[in-house]
Amino acid sequence: MIVKRIIPCLDVKEGKVVKGTNFVSLRELGDPVEMASLYSKEGADEIIFLDISATNEGRQTMVDIVRETAENVFVPFTVGGGVRTIDDVTRLLKAGADKVGMNSAAVANPNLIAESSNRFGAQCIVVAIDAKKFNDGWHVMTHGGSKDTGIDAIEWAKTAEQKGAGEILLTSVDTDGVKDGFDIELTQAVVDAVRIPVIASGGCGEPEHFSEVFEKTDVSAALAASIFHEGTFSIKQVKQSCAQQGVDIREAGLL
Amino acid sequence: MIAIVDYGMGNVASVSNAFKRLGHDVTLTDNVEKLKQATHIILPGVGSFQAAMEEIRERGLKEPLQQLAKEKPFLGICLGMQLLFTTGFENGVTEGLDIIPGTVEQIDTPYLLPHIGWNALTIKEGHTAFLPFQDKHVYFVHTFEARTEANYLVATTDYGTEIPGIVQNGYVYGIQFHPEKSGEVGVEILKAFLKTTE
Repeated sequence: MIVKRIIPCLDVKEGKVVKGTNFVSLRELGDPVEMASLYSKEGADEIIFLDISATNEGRQTMVDIVRETAENVFVPFTVGGGVRTIDDVTRLLKAGADKVGMNSAAVANPNLIAESSNRFGAQCIVVAIDAKKFNDGWHVMTHGGSKDTGIDAIEWAKTAEQKGAGEILLTSVDTDGVKDGFDIELTQAVVDAVRIPVIASGGCGEPEHFSEVFEKTDVSAALAASIFHEGTFSIKQVKQSCAQQGVDIREAGLL
Repeated sequence: MIAIVDYGMGNVASVSNAFKRLGHDVTLTDNVEKLKQATHIILPGVGSFQAAMEEIRERGLKEPLQQLAKEKPFLGICLGMQLLFTTGFENGVTEGLDIIPGTVEQIDTPYLLPHIGWNALTIKEGHTAFLPFQDKHVYFVHTFEARTEANYLVATTDYGTEIPGIVQNGYVYGIQFHPEKSGEVGVEILKAFLKTTE
């Protein structure tokens, strides 16, 4: 049966990985391709690049990074951040990305999901949802989690699925950065609402948080950034921890 | 020189990169003369069975591919593996390349479709070259599966039903998952294919 996926996320700004540059083994600190390559060798099941560039040059650089990653990294990888139009989707997929993530642009124009999914297949369209809890439920947040759209996050997840999303990347704005574990309640609520895989994100501070979210919810994958980048824990340690807790994972390493 | 058939069905760069990493010269082409000169033929593909066969027919590649499969090592990957079979049932009924007897039908499983993610291989008896991959995880993305006789199966995976992962008929191999996205195991599987056909 399909195993649970462990996914490191790399924030890339103007062509460099920001946050976490504690890797001494890299030729050049902050090189996204080298970091992706290292993670894949350590056993990452997938890699996500989040482009937070503020300039067009930065976004163009991302396309080059995608091309180079495809030449060197042999696990699936997703690119998100700044995806506004079907042309952006096309450019990234053509450069070799396996999946493209969309967030604010999909909220503003849900047909972007449908258009992309119809052209390239649902399996390569990931809709990223940033959700925050309010009295009346979870709201979809945009602009890096700072702007409340007032849209119900669970309903939005369902809409995204109907429009053709192949996967939901769910970040809890409430737990993000807190390092006290994934948002179990939100994650299960979204998993229950859709029939597509959900990736939990936000709040991971130690390896046990991965096994916790896999034990307490039916989520397909979980993502973390800082615990890997800061060198606190390796992918291998996270997988060992999951395996000890009886979570079905892919063994890192070869034969 | 390994030839990858570039017939307009999906990104062939990753497959090409994987063979390059193994130190092989690779050419991407839909030119029959170039295919004839190659040592190995790789037929990749992502998309629908019907659309792919249309592209193959329009390029006049159907008969040449059938002939090449008799002459040299041939590997179909993902949709390219499905096209090796007799008939496809995606978007209507379509004749395939008919290199391996069988049909391609929607996966019959209680679980979610598409079947996406890392799943473990079970190697069938008698395929010693692939035994190192017993229980190894590889990356699948598909909704349709091959239905064929047991003697063509090299490896299968379990997704509420037994899905063919690797199939073989003589020189011709088909791989349902994405070896080019299956980490080091995937690259080793491509190496095993190249070895078995040396």
